Amino acid sequence: MANSWRRERWDSLRLLTPNWLSRLPGLDYDGPDPDGYMTSGEVASLVSRFARVIDAPVRSQTSVLSVRPAGDGYHVATSQGDLQCRSLVIASGACNIATTPSFRTAVPASLTQLTPLDYRGPSELPEGGVLVVGASATGVQLAAEVQRSGRPVVLSVGEHVRLPRLHRDRDVLWWMDASGVWDQRWDEIDDLNRARRLPSPQLIGSPDRSTLDLNTLTGLGVELVGRLAAVRDGVALFSGGLRNVCSLADLKMKRLLAGFDSWAGLSPSKDFEPTAVPASTRLKLDLHGGEISTIVWATGFRPDYSWLDVPVVDEKGRLRHEGGVAGAPGLYALGLPMLRRRRSSFINGIEDDARAVVDHLAKELTDR
Amino acid sequence: MTVVDNGVNVQALLEAREALKGAPEAAQFTWRATSKWEKGVHSTATVQKFFGLGQEQTHKKESVFSADHPEVFAAEDNGITPIEYLLVGLASCLTAGVASVAQNRGIQVRSIESTVEGAHDIRGILGADSDVRNGFNDVKVTFNINADASKEEIEALVAQSQKRSAVYDALTNPTNVTVEVA
Repeated sequence: MANSWRRERWDSLRLLTPNWLSRLPGLDYDGPDPDGYMTSGEVASLVSRFARVIDAPVRSQTSVLSVRPAGDGYHVATSQGDLQCRSLVIASGACNIATTPSFRTAVPASLTQLTPLDYRGPSELPEGGVLVVGASATGVQLAAEVQRSGRPVVLSVGEHVRLPRLHRDRDVLWWMDASGVWDQRWDEIDDLNRARRLPSPQLIGSPDRSTLDLNTLTGLGVELVGRLAAVRDGVALFSGGLRNVCSLADLKMKRLLAGFDSWAGLSPSKDFEPTAVPASTRLKLDLHGGEISTIVWATGFRPDYSWLDVPVVDEKGRLRHEGGVAGAPGLYALGLPMLRRRRSSFINGIEDDARAVVDHLAKELTDR
Repeated sequence: MTVVDNGVNVQALLEAREALKGAPEAAQFTWRATSKWEKGVHSTATVQKFFGLGQEQTHKKESVFSADHPEVFAAEDNGITPIEYLLVGLASCLTAGVASVAQNRGIQVRSIESTVEGAHDIRGILGADSDVRNGFNDVKVTFNINADASKEEIEALVAQSQKRSAVYDALTNPTNVTVEVA
């Protein structure tokens, strides 16, 4: 149970959402640290505890091998035998496989390459410099941790979402929740595709509730470079457009925070520090040169539907669904980014989503 | 409410975006220029035909560009230097972007002016120092925009226009280039 939280997370990982927000239906946080952030072990315990609270007939130690249409429902082959069901809810998550750019294969073999699914902690890395590719939540967290371990980090930054941990002394996700941003619905959003692909924000759930943005990383000594565009003849080539992706992120953060202030009836907060971008960033890094011994690909994840033998996956490998209702009778999804609301990506989002999806499922079963 | 009109048909662009989502092959364009040596470092390039939407296309008329080098390069200065054409391309691409994004966001624009400067150490092209690159070391664009919008909204227009600019991308990211003799 909660296998990915037990086996696919690096050691120091904590949730981005504060404990009080990481509630499940009928299971509010009742521990001593509502403003803290759970470790992955604590999340695994939360899931196990929830299974007991709702008394669900969980089949643990059971891998689903395939799902295919059969009769009036689906045939599910598992490592513990076969099942037949009329309805099925896919809740296997959006982050099963780490995506890496195709030019990964052009990286010299002498370098160690890791994805966030392989990475456990900096002490397992070889000595020497580390190139972290990607500056969303994972990339900034790993860059900070690796830099602090004494390995110099070069961080390649593309488009990203900047957020302060606290805004006016409250967790920025408190504002998302309270102001209604998290309640924005999938069918009311201009560009749903973009909203669903939005990178995770530059946040870390640390006990001191500190902000982890590019300025923090620069302060730690991390070198910022532009988006990694190619590896050619063993040389990593970075975009010269770092300044603009930082401007875009600064402008978007400013708009979001101004929206919070105006929702709260407050005059706009004092200006925040713009992202400090070096006057000129390195455009090339010779991977044969010895400066870098490890590359960490924090370049995103995708879901794995290789076991799903139902034609509901689009050409980009994403599940086709309308607010959790997939394009095959009796087939549903939960726990995907922006499934029904902005909060759908978070543990907190499951309650409303599950209610809507289960309502549809129950009605469909009666009507069938 | 007054109607915002920057002269950009955003509706047509949005419709094209939707249509091409399902027809990636029609979205494949090939832009072409032909060039002819005149004399010395002077050449003439012409642009008229291109390929796109699945067929040959043509501009309303042929455009002719002279490229040469200035007298300080001991040339005749029959036209601007080739690298200055990159500045022309960048400025016009970003300017078109600002007008389009503004139209899409309902912002009336009155004027968009920009200065583009490319810092260039010519010891590279002269072979005087092998550590110096041939191309620009830095490119700086300064916009002066008069529009019905706050400073921040204008900054957002300029940022978004860079995000969607073909020439900005071509200059800031590496591109595969093949040069061969026919």
